[in-house]
Order: sequence, then C-alpha cells, then structure tokens
Amino acid sequence: MSDFPFLSVLTVAPLVGALVVVFLPASRGELAKRIALGWSLAVLVLSVFMWIAFEAGGDRLQLRESYSWIPRWGVNFTFAADGIALVMLMLIALLVPLVILASWHDAEKSKRSVPVYFALLLFLECTMIGVFAAADVFLFYVFFEVMLVPMYFLIGSYGGHQRQYAAVKFFLYSLVGGLFMLAAVIGLWVVGGKTFDWQALTQIDISTGTERWLFLGFFLAFAIKAPFFPFHTWLPDAGGAAPAGAAALLVGVLDKVGTFGILRYCLPLFPEASKWFAPYAIALALIGIIYAALLAVGQNDLKRLVSYTSIAHFGFIGIGLFAFTTQAGTGAVLYMVNHGLATGLLFLVVGMLVARRGSALITDFGGAGKLVPLLAGVLFFAGLASLALPGTAPFISEFLVLIGTYTVNKPVAIIATAGIILAAAYVLWMVQRTTQGTLNPALSGVEAMRKDLSVREKVVVAPLIALLLLLGFYPKPVTDVINPAVQATMEQDLGKQDPAPTVGTVQEAHR
Amino acid sequence: MEHSVEYAHATGLLGSVWLLVAIPLVSAAILLLLGRRADRWGHWLGVASVGAIFVLGLSYFFSLRGLENRSVELSLWDFIAVGDLHVDFGLLFDPLAAVFVLLITGVGFLIHLYAVGYMSHDAGRRKFFGFFNLFVAAMLLLVLGNNYVMLYVGWEGVGLASYLLISFWQDRPSAATAGKKAFLMNRVGDAGLAIAIFIMFATLGSTQFADVFNGAGALQSGTVLAIGLLLLLGAAGKSGQFPLQAWLPDAMEGPTPVSALIHAATMVTAGVYLIARSNPIFSLDPTLQTVVVSVGALTLLMGCIIGAAKDDIKRVLAWSTVSQIGYMFLGVGLGGGAYALAIIHLLAHGFFKANMFLGAGSVMHGMQDQVDIRRFGGLAKYMKITWITFGLGWLAIIGMWPFSGFFTKEPIIVEAFARGDWTAWLYGGAALLGAGLTAFYMTRLFVLTFHGPKRWTEDIAHPHESPLIMTVPLILLGLGSVVAGGLMATPVASWLTPVLGHGEHHEPVLSHTVITVLSLGLTVLGAGLAWLLFRNGTALVEQPAGPVVRAARRNLYTDAFNEAVFEKPGIFLTRALVFLDNRGIDGLVNALAAAVGGGSGRLRRLQTGFVRSYAMSILTGAVLVVAAFLAVQLGWLA
Repeated sequence: MSDFPFLSVLTVAPLVGALVVVFLPASRGELAKRIALGWSLAVLVLSVFMWIAFEAGGDRLQLRESYSWIPRWGVNFTFAADGIALVMLMLIALLVPLVILASWHDAEKSKRSVPVYFALLLFLECTMIGVFAAADVFLFYVFFEVMLVPMYFLIGSYGGHQRQYAAVKFFLYSLVGGLFMLAAVIGLWVVGGKTFDWQALTQIDISTGTERWLFLGFFLAFAIKAPFFPFHTWLPDAGGAAPAGAAALLVGVLDKVGTFGILRYCLPLFPEASKWFAPYAIALALIGIIYAALLAVGQNDLKRLVSYTSIAHFGFIGIGLFAFTTQAGTGAVLYMVNHGLATGLLFLVVGMLVARRGSALITDFGGAGKLVPLLAGVLFFAGLASLALPGTAPFISEFLVLIGTYTVNKPVAIIATAGIILAAAYVLWMVQRTTQGTLNPALSGVEAMRKDLSVREKVVVAPLIALLLLLGFYPKPVTDVINPAVQATMEQDLGKQDPAPTVGTVQEAHR
Repeated sequence: MEHSVEYAHATGLLGSVWLLVAIPLVSAAILLLLGRRADRWGHWLGVASVGAIFVLGLSYFFSLRGLENRSVELSLWDFIAVGDLHVDFGLLFDPLAAVFVLLITGVGFLIHLYAVGYMSHDAGRRKFFGFFNLFVAAMLLLVLGNNYVMLYVGWEGVGLASYLLISFWQDRPSAATAGKKAFLMNRVGDAGLAIAIFIMFATLGSTQFADVFNGAGALQSGTVLAIGLLLLLGAAGKSGQFPLQAWLPDAMEGPTPVSALIHAATMVTAGVYLIARSNPIFSLDPTLQTVVVSVGALTLLMGCIIGAAKDDIKRVLAWSTVSQIGYMFLGVGLGGGAYALAIIHLLAHGFFKANMFLGAGSVMHGMQDQVDIRRFGGLAKYMKITWITFGLGWLAIIGMWPFSGFFTKEPIIVEAFARGDWTAWLYGGAALLGAGLTAFYMTRLFVLTFHGPKRWTEDIAHPHESPLIMTVPLILLGLGSVVAGGLMATPVASWLTPVLGHGEHHEPVLSHTVITVLSLGLTVLGAGLAWLLFRNGTALVEQPAGPVVRAARRNLYTDAFNEAVFEKPGIFLTRALVFLDNRGIDGLVNALAAAVGGGSGRLRRLQTGFVRSYAMSILTGAVLVVAAFLAVQLGWLA
C-alpha cells in the first residue's frame, strides 16, 4: 500500500478534475458542482488511505517519489511528507469538499461562470496539496507562486465589496514576498552545490552571514503569507472581500503555508540563523496576538473580524515555532490544523449569515438568534472553538504552545496568555451584537433570514463540529503523527533539548 | 508535607466513576441535538439523569467508606502526551471529591425538580435542561479531575454553562451583557490558573495532583507564592471574591434555579474547592495564607455592606453569597483544621442558600416576577410553605442556634481568633462584625418580603403558593437548613482528614464561650435592629442617604472603578488601533505602492491627510516592537 504514489496522484487528481469542470458550458452549473464535489470527495478518500499508509514514528520523510524535471539545474518533481505535511494534507482534503458544498450557490450571485468557480476551487486544491507535498525547494517555490493565481481570481471575480482592490493587494503582497524567496532559493542553490533537493540541502554548511540573508529571504515570504504583524494588512481586505468558502481556504490553509514554510524550510535549512532571529520573530508574533485581538474587538464587519482573529492566532503559532521546545512546536502544528477547522467553520458560518442578510456588517444584524436559532448556535460553537475553550480542539494546541513556551521564556508565555482574555472578548461581543439582544427590525424584514440551516448546510458544519469535539478530547491520533516530525526538527536540525523540570524530583521518582 | 500522596487504582464499582460525568453529558447532548422533538419529555430526562447520578454518587460514597486508603484514581486515556508532558484524562474519587459529588448531585437534583415547575411556561425549557445538565457534567469533571488540566477543563466548562444560563433569556440585552461580563471576568481568573499550571510543569514536570503535592515541598518559596497567588486569582474569579466579584450580582439575570444551583450552591464555591484541594501548596507559605484570609475577610464585609443597601431580592441573596464565600475563603486561608470547616460551611451553605434562592423564585412566581422587596410585604399569609422554608434558611444563614449556620460559621470565627498574633483580632473581629451585619441585612430581606404591610403593585390581587413540584424541593432544602450543619460538623471533619490533614489546634485569643456569646449577641442585635426598622415596611422609592449607603448602593464604586480603569481605556485603545491600522500601517503601504507606481496625484492626496497618522503609526509600531523584543529578551535572560 505504501508503494502507491499517493502524493503525486493527490496533487494531479484535482487538476484533472479542474480541467474537466472548466470546459463545461456555463449553463451546466449544476453538473459542474456535482462533478467538483464528487472529485474532491474522491481525493478525500484517497488521502484517508494515505493516512493509513503513513507510519507514525517511522521515517521522518515518507511516501517519497522523485521524477526528473530539469536535469541541468537539478530540478526534480520530488514529493515526500513528514507528519506535519501529512496532517495539513488531510486538512486540505477535508476542507475542500466542505467548502464546495458550502459555496453551492455563491457563484450564481456573481454573474460569472459557475463551472469556472468550481474549477478554480479544484485547481486551488491541486496547488495547495502540491505546496505541502513538495520536497524539492524549487518545486515548492513554483507551487507557492502558482497558488496565488486561483485565489486571485476567486477573490477578484467572485468576491464581494472592493474585491478588485483586495485581490490586487493580496497578489502584490504575496508576489513581493515570493520575489524575496526566489532570490533566496537561487542563493541556496548556489551555495548548496546546485541541488534543490530538500534532504540534501539540510546537510550543507553555510557561512553565518549568507545563512542569515537566506533565512531572511524565506522568512519574509512566509511572514507575509502567514501573515505576521506588520505584514498583515492585506488579510482583512482579502478575507473581507473573498467569497466565504474561498476565505475559509485562505485562512484555513493558504496562510498555513507561511507557518509550514518556516518549520520545513527556515528551521532545518538555516538552523543557526533561525536561532539568531528567533527573538525578533517571537516579538512580532507576540505583538500580533495582542494587537490583532484588540483590532478584532473593534471591527464592525464579520469577515474582517474573523480575519483579525486569525492574525492573532497566527501569533500563537509563531511563538510556538520559535520557542524551540517539543510541546510548543507540536502545539504550533496542531494549532495549524485546529485553526483550519475552527476558523474554517467560523468563516463558513459567517458566510451563511452574510448570504442571508446580504451584508457582513454587524450593525445590520442584532437578535438574529431569534430568527435562525440553529445557525446562531453553530456560530456560537465556532466562536467557542476560536477562543480555545477546553473540550474543543484549539484548546489543546493553545495550551501546548503556551506551556511549551513558558518552560523557556516566561514573559512571552504570560503576555500571550493575556490573549486568551481578549479572545473571549472579541468572540462574545461579536456573538452578542450579531445574535443576541433585541431583534433588529430591519432583520426580520429580510425573507432569507427566516430560513434556518438547510440540510446541505447541516452536512457542511456537522463534520467540522464533530472533529473539533473529538480532537478536543482525544488529540492523540494527531499529536502522535506530528510529534516525531517536530522532535526531529528541534533535536536533529536545531540541536535543542527541552529544558528539564527545574525541581524535577517527581519525574525521577516516577522513572 | 511529610506523608506522601498516593492514590489507589479504582476497581470494582468505583471503576465506573466516570459515569458521573458521562450520564449528564449524554443527557445534555440528547436534549440539545434532538431539538423540538424532545420538548415534551426533555425536562424529565434532565431530572432523571441527575437523579441517577445522585444514586450512583451515594453508592460510590459507600464503597469509598469501605476502603482503607479512601482515595481511588481512574486513568481513562492519555489526554495530552507530548515530550515530557503527560496529562491523564483521569479522575480522582476521594473524600473531598465525594462530598462535592453528593452536594452537586443531591442539591442539583432538587433544583432540577423545582425547575420543571418554575420553567413550565418557558418555551425554551428543553434547552434550559440541556444547559443545566451540561453544567452538572462540567462541575463534576471539575471536582473529579485527578490533575490540574482536567480541573481546568471542568473549570472553563462550568464557565460556559454559567454564561449560557445567565444569558438564557438572551433577547434581553441586560442578560446578554451579564453573561458576557461573567465569562470575561472569569477568564481573567482562568488565565491565572493557566499560568499556575505552566509553572507546575516547568518546575515539577507534571500537572498530576499526586506529583504536584509530593513535589511542592521542594519548590523555592517564591515559586510556591507565585503558584498560590495565581491559583487564588483563579479562585477569586470563579467564586466572586475581591477583586473579581462584580460579575456575580449581575449573574442574577439568569432564571432563578440557575442562581440557586450555579451562583449559590455549587459553581461559585469552586474557588474554595481549588484552594482546599491545593492545601499542600497553600499550607507551605504563611504569607500566601494571609493573602487568602485577607481576601476572604475583605469580601465578606463588602458583601454584607452592599447587601444591606440593595432592594432586589435576588441581588441581596447574591451579595450574601459573595459574603458567605468570603467566610469560606477565610477558612481555607486560615489553613490547618479550618480547611475542613470551610468545606463544611460550604456544604451547609449549599442547602440554605439554594433553599432561599428557590424561595425567592417561588415568591417571584406568585408575584408576577416582581423582584423589588419594597413591593412585597405580608406574604407570610399567602405563601405559607415558602415563608416557613425561607424562614428556616434565614435563621440558618444568620447563624442562630440550633440552625445549620450556627454549627458551621461559628467555628470559622473561632479559628480566625486563633491566629497566633495580633492579626487574630483583625480577622476575628471582621468575621464577628460580619455575623452581626449578616443578621441585619438578611432580617431586613425576610421582614420586608414576608411581614409588615402589603406594598404590592396594583396588578397583583392574590399571590399564590407555588405548585407541589416546587414546594417539595423547598421543604427538603428547608429541612437541610435546619439539620445539615449540626449533623455534618463532626463526621465530615474526620471524613476529610485524609485529604486535608489534622489541623494543629491553637487557642483563640478570646475563650470559645466568649466568642459564642459575642457572635450570638451581635446576631440578635443585628436581627432585632432590622426588625424594628423594617417591620412597618419601607419607602417605595430610593431615599436620599449618607455617603456609606450611597457607596453601598453603587457596589462601593467597584463597578465605576472597573469602568474607568479597564473598560473606557480599553475601548479607546481599540478604536485608536483600528484607526491606525487602517490609516497608518495600511495607508503607508498604499502610499509606497502609489509612489512606486508613479500615481503622484493619488499620492499627494493620500499624504496630505494622513501624514500625522503615518507618524503616529510608525511611532506606535516602533514602541510595540521594542517593547515586545525587550520582553522576549528578558525571558531569555531569566
């Protein structure tokens, strides 16, 4: 089973699906939706087999495949996955069919071709899978850049208010970051002996100065993508303008390429530079937690609000990545998965509200719980997951990040913990202004606001809710996959050991 | 700690102790997921699930009595296992957990029963019982967890349930706001609890109770103090103690059974549980204990003073809860033998306070949801059962012999007088003064409600007694108010010894008899004074008053303080940042882009308006970056 070329097939399959769908005539929208949904479900099934084939605690990189591409430059189609990539691939495979189902009627409002919309979603899936599955630095770069194209059109053609502005801004920000990375990729190729193979590149020696410059090239691209403060301002615009489904993929998966890139490329390839830059990166992440949370409190647009909460969450991930302990690192990766589920759900639910009301402004709601109690309940649940309430999956990751960080840097962990209070503030205030209180008279006049969740919408939210609860009480299946990969990064690549308990009599007595 | 803490593995009947959490949880899930289909019978499922776990709890209690070690642990699965961090999804059933289980399920069952009647006209009754069951499950997890992370899960779980039930009538803006306030203030405390857990892991490498308690003795004194103060912050948040007390009176926006179960009998006493559970930590540091005692003494007096100035029957009761939990904090702060005394007072309080809250609900039920005690009067004749049961609760809380409170509050006052130094006078005096004040404001409440002339609003002709399903719980809790304290005092103290240890006995600075005479004397004095002042009723509108009463009416200005120091600056900061982020950081980037793109006209337009905000944002950004970087560096040096 493990001989099956999972990663290349998973990358190519959605592309084939996109090609099938895109050539359908615009009048066959319904057929396009069905094909897209079926196709993405097939990808999901295949990835479940991949999950089974992957051996937790086995080799660091598994499912490796390599095909020659440009031999003169040493560029190969090399795919391989560690536990970190694996869980992200699973997240993508799960989210895409749900997003397709949730976006069932989104494209119809835009006057543009319905099949193209769903083709773009499948194309996006192809690039997202490729970027996480690549084990060749050049291949990674290519996917990293190509990924922008479907998202650009999803925002620019199918988005809401100010979609052109938001799409261009998203594209330019990412492109600038990508250019820095391209320079660093070429630099790495030169100093690394003309190879792009990830595994080979982890073995090379680089002089300190060069290492720092190369680190910065990659880091800048990833910090813009994640995004970290102060590179964040494109996200609220993009998240606010994108159709809800695309927004869910944007913050749920695309942004994680930034944090994944740091973990896969910055830390193993440039370990000394990573350690040298770590305090700066943590400082930016820490500001992000507090700053973005405060901004989220002050937003009056549901989608922008959720975007800001994500920036705060990326701050937690950033701290976890650069604290260099097993708990914090594993927590950060788990956070990437959980945030994809929780914020994905939040964006999809917000999308359902916005589609009904025809507006994302919080002041246009008020007392919506009276009209759509179930929808309001799901919004509340997504909010709880977003504020990392124990019992939901994000609690585990936030707890791991904070406890792991505390063992090496107390002030950072303590300031970040203040973020959990602000998280409660932005979630509960949003819920109150949207669904509680006296019913906004303008709201009851809107016909669509009288329809609670449809069966299709229930099918979209139910798996996410179930997973958030399951992983909230039993995260072990996921942490067991992530942990070895993180441990390898911390111990082999960075040479870091977790600090022993300062008193520690207990542990010794138990062993 | 000389003796080492060890828990036996749960076997036999006790191996199924997880059912205590699972049953109400499953019931809650059924009620919430089935929706309207369960409307007809849902409330009975809610009642039955709590009844079932009460019976189960009793049988676990008796099997525990038969064990030598009287403590069993049950590891269900690996909750979090990363690197050296191992957190069990595990439960601990020991004497302390057992008494809480009985309180939560026993009193909880009666209140569930009462709520069937109280909520019978509410369209959301099924949802209500779903949330109510969810609360019971979370609360049991809180007291049954065998490590601090489990406790934290339950801790935030009850916070969620409390939020849901306070804002149950969420189309009222005041209820929605009160729920949010409760959750936020609790999260401040929760953050403290979380950091305490981080410290435990960083120093001891574990968050399991057994490991932490056995290792606590080896910790540096500063670490013990830090852990203790952070735990205290968490406890103060949950239990409505100073400085995090402001949410509890507002929580009365919830339906009255909620106030009785969550905001009187069980959840708000979780802070007392936390400190008692962590007694091996608190007992290590006298400074820490003094802080706990001070918080308790201060809060118990605050509660009395504010309670005396309120005219809303539920708010008076809420402030009396704040005050009574102050006594419990006083107890757990004194340490030694007083740990057990605080728990006993907690149990007795669970009965008489639940009783009075349900009584208040019964009064409101008969008076068209009126809560203003100035609009009651003379109800004794119309609601005989409520009058008698409430009266028993009243006698119990003021500590009149031979009612419950006498046997449970009195010993705490004596212990306060037994601190070894001059502070005995300070804390003993505060506790004694509190007894007198309690008698005053509770008598005021009782007399204004049930006696004196009728001051009802015109729309009320015949107040009616509540139906049987409400009065039966009242009668049972009323009986508890009479006998619980006296019956429990001695056996519970020895039952809890394995967890809380034997206290050394100190002699109080005044003799036991003198203290008893003084406290009974003050009680009679306070009660008599209130009787004289209010037996002929009171004015129907607020009267001008002196500075003390004015301050008390405004909660001693604590809300005003919070608003001025946290809320207003917070709102200002948020708005300023939103402005800067849009105009400043983002505008700067746009301007740069325009400059590069050569759109000079657009550039000029952008720049002229916003130069100041660019400057501000650059400055703010620079300050933020430097400050954050310093914090990071500081952490690495330490």
